[in-house]
Amino acid sequence: MGSRSSHAALIPDADHIRRETGFSQASLLRLYHRFRALDRNQKGYLSRVDLQQIGALAVNPLGDRIIDSFFPDGSQRVDFSGFARVLAHFRPVDEEDSRIQDLKQPEPLNSRMNKLRFAFQLYDLDRDGKISRNEMLQVLRLMVGVQVTEEQLESIADRTVQEADEDGDGAVSFLEFTKSLEKMNIEQKMSIRILK
Amino acid sequence: MPSRLFFDNLGAILTYAVVGTLWNAFTTGVALWGLQQAGLVAPRVQAGLLDFLLFGSLISAVDPVAVLAVFEEVHVNETLFIIVFGESLLNDAVTVVLYKVCNSFVEMGSANVQATDYLKGIASLFVVSLGGAAVGLVFAFLLALTTRFTKRVRIIEPLLVFLLAYAAYLTAEMASLSAILAVTMCGLGCKKYVEANISHKSRTAVKYTMKTLASCAETVIFMLLGISAVDSSKWAWDSGLVLGTLFFILFFRALGVVLQTWVLNQFRLVPLDKIDQVVMSYGGLRGAVAFALVILLDRTKVPAKDYFVATTIVVVFFTVIVQGLTIKPLVKWLKVKRSEHHKPTLNQELHEHTFDHILAAVEDVVGHHGYHYWRDRWEQFDKKYLSQLLMRRSAYRIRDQIWDVYYRLNIRDAISFVDQGGHILSSAGLTLPSMPSRNSVAETSVTNLLRESGSGACLDLQVIDTVRSGRDREDAAMHHLLCGGLYKPRRRYKASCGRHFISEDAQERQDKEVFQQNMKRRLESFKSTKHNICFTKSKPRLRKAGHKKKDGVANAEATNGKPPRDLGFQDTAAVILTVESEEEESDSSETEKEDDEGIIFVARATSEVLQEGKVSGSLEVCPSPRIIPPSPTCAEKELPWKSGQGDLAVYVSSETTKIVPVDMQTGWNQSISSLESLASPPCTQAPTLTRLPPHPLGIEEPQVPPDLSSDPRSSFAFPPSLAKAGRSRSESSADIPQQQELQPLMGHKDHTHLSPGTANSHWCIQFNRGSRL
Repeated sequence: MGSRSSHAALIPDADHIRRETGFSQASLLRLYHRFRALDRNQKGYLSRVDLQQIGALAVNPLGDRIIDSFFPDGSQRVDFSGFARVLAHFRPVDEEDSRIQDLKQPEPLNSRMNKLRFAFQLYDLDRDGKISRNEMLQVLRLMVGVQVTEEQLESIADRTVQEADEDGDGAVSFLEFTKSLEKMNIEQKMSIRILK
Repeated sequence: MPSRLFFDNLGAILTYAVVGTLWNAFTTGVALWGLQQAGLVAPRVQAGLLDFLLFGSLISAVDPVAVLAVFEEVHVNETLFIIVFGESLLNDAVTVVLYKVCNSFVEMGSANVQATDYLKGIASLFVVSLGGAAVGLVFAFLLALTTRFTKRVRIIEPLLVFLLAYAAYLTAEMASLSAILAVTMCGLGCKKYVEANISHKSRTAVKYTMKTLASCAETVIFMLLGISAVDSSKWAWDSGLVLGTLFFILFFRALGVVLQTWVLNQFRLVPLDKIDQVVMSYGGLRGAVAFALVILLDRTKVPAKDYFVATTIVVVFFTVIVQGLTIKPLVKWLKVKRSEHHKPTLNQELHEHTFDHILAAVEDVVGHHGYHYWRDRWEQFDKKYLSQLLMRRSAYRIRDQIWDVYYRLNIRDAISFVDQGGHILSSAGLTLPSMPSRNSVAETSVTNLLRESGSGACLDLQVIDTVRSGRDREDAAMHHLLCGGLYKPRRRYKASCGRHFISEDAQERQDKEVFQQNMKRRLESFKSTKHNICFTKSKPRLRKAGHKKKDGVANAEATNGKPPRDLGFQDTAAVILTVESEEEESDSSETEKEDDEGIIFVARATSEVLQEGKVSGSLEVCPSPRIIPPSPTCAEKELPWKSGQGDLAVYVSSETTKIVPVDMQTGWNQSISSLESLASPPCTQAPTLTRLPPHPLGIEEPQVPPDLSSDPRSSFAFPPSLAKAGRSRSESSADIPQQQELQPLMGHKDHTHLSPGTANSHWCIQFNRGSRL
């Protein structure tokens, strides 16, 4: 449609973003519209408050962490390319992509490793590359309702870390994390079809 | 049968079942007719186009029995299995309709068939399939409802299941609807509720009896098939027909699968690749249904019946024997993705939940109402209405996967530990990972177990008796709690307008709860990290302190007191926010006044309330004699937060992980006595609840431990839950403390909707009082 192409022209850096994220033109456009809709004051970037306005996120136990993941490195603003970059993690994995792995190119953002890395970062708040028992406990606390006691949570956290921890350092590194999830179909579990 | 997988892939399954079967039937029939026209079929086979269509319709249906038998051996990955199996189940309706339609056309004679008959045929397809499904669902509802009340007559539970499922079948048959669909829907629909309602033993009984019966039935069917094959008076051979049929069914099935998969892959998240398609087309086994249908043909109307019978027998034999035998090597050769029957790890369970939440959040960010959205809506509805109606109250609370996983893991650990010769009773430092070292294992008396398992975990008394160690039971209790406690991923609000005006809904309560936590966290992040740390630490501390009381009552009081306190320390903004959400929660909590509402984690106005909830939960687990610090006064409470002391938290955490045997006895007695004395039914809650408001804010803290008598309300509220839990009653227990907590928070709320305004004011007032303390 004519309007679409004119909108496409509005997206700053469209080509660059597309190359980086792998989104199709239509998906990118959709995301851009969503970005604009979220950006209440037409600032051109999103702040935390904008994302917090999404009602459903407020009742998602991991909502805050997801919002934080949009603001890497402590920045307070996310522009469209950053927005798209984060969402690119949830693009379904293309069959062709997985086969034609150009070794020179960086891994596509929606590869299994990158999806796992995204999830890992949600757990690992202090970015030390490990999920400590405390961090696991915090996540558990987030996700569990009130009737579970702290001790139970702690023992579950202990066990979880213990299951995954292979080198015995009491924390789950990224590799251990991926290993513990090697049987899970991450490509399916962390993909949203609409973002194809 | 995994229902979630079934519904996830329902689109594909329906496509293959309906479109695929129709395609197979028509193409096979027409091809055979063409074959006859071409003269390859001996003329003694007197069949017209309609006859061939009839034959095509009965030979084209994939048979669930055969598929199940073969695929169970092969263990392909679940998606593939569920698609083929689901298809074989759902195509029954299509087959039945097609068969009947063609049969009636044949009987009418092809000259008399008119256009309206075709339309009637198509309409009857819908009637038969949807009607069959509806019958099944009705019986599912009945079954779930009746199993809800079988607590005292456990012995008839398996009987009920069998009878009602069979009744569904018979009813559908009577009404000429699709009986297989009826039974399928009955099973699918009632599975969740019946599993929760019936006892563990009944579950086992049903499972193994069904397996045995199914085996017997399969055997009988195939025996009949074999015997009929030998009895040559029943059939007549025609090579052209037989070979042609064999070829065509294979060919057209493959073609059909390829075409449909190509279409479906446009819409699927995980496309079905070529290997899957090969397995799907090769796995289309025909079975006894085809044979039964062909035997039923009327020889006078269908003169070629004998040839059809012979062909059918050959086809069934061929598909079952040749295809069935070779599919396993084929699967191995093609390196089909096999099902990974791995032991469930806690990690996977937890991360799966995390991913669900993440996906839901990202979908929200993207603003997309996808499949998850509708699933959520359904689960909302289910949680709100269906589960409460159909599930036993005690079972209602205890449903979660992580709990099950943890439970099983712990049981396994315990068993392996004992198997290795370890003596649980003497294990001071168990190597089992998840066990905090507990000396309480030494107590294995039934009451102890009851106590622990009375944490709201609906363990049958029977189950309790059979569990071997106290630890297992503890773990089981813990698991159940955790299970019930895990937040379900993303719900969508129907009215996402104000946060203040959300209807009572369990899901929304959870939402509010989570929301509270989130808000709290956000505010905390405003403050110094120190405060954050101490806050999060003091949360457990408060919880522990709360539930370390020697009697439930004090706990209730203490916990009630805590939230307001906590709130007082926060920014007013947070307070107000929490207030509002609390009020919502109280509203929603009112709906759960009855014991029947078993949602444990519901109605936590604030995270403090959450703490309380946890406390109450733990209380139910063990009104155990943990040593607690002297009830923290307001000042004490303030201290940790303001000054960011971590010691108290440390103190608490070490406490929590150890059960102090010394106090056990006293705690024991107290809990027992409280259990006895507080056997008052929960209904007394209501009046007591209203009395709550005056209490919590100022009074709880100082009052903490011993004031049993001073607060009859809490004694009521708490003990009933304890008592119930202890007695394994299927009355809700967690609700009571929860509701208690809510009540104080909400101020003088009667159990009706409160306007946000008043709620706010109440809240603020209470908070202020708290802060002043």
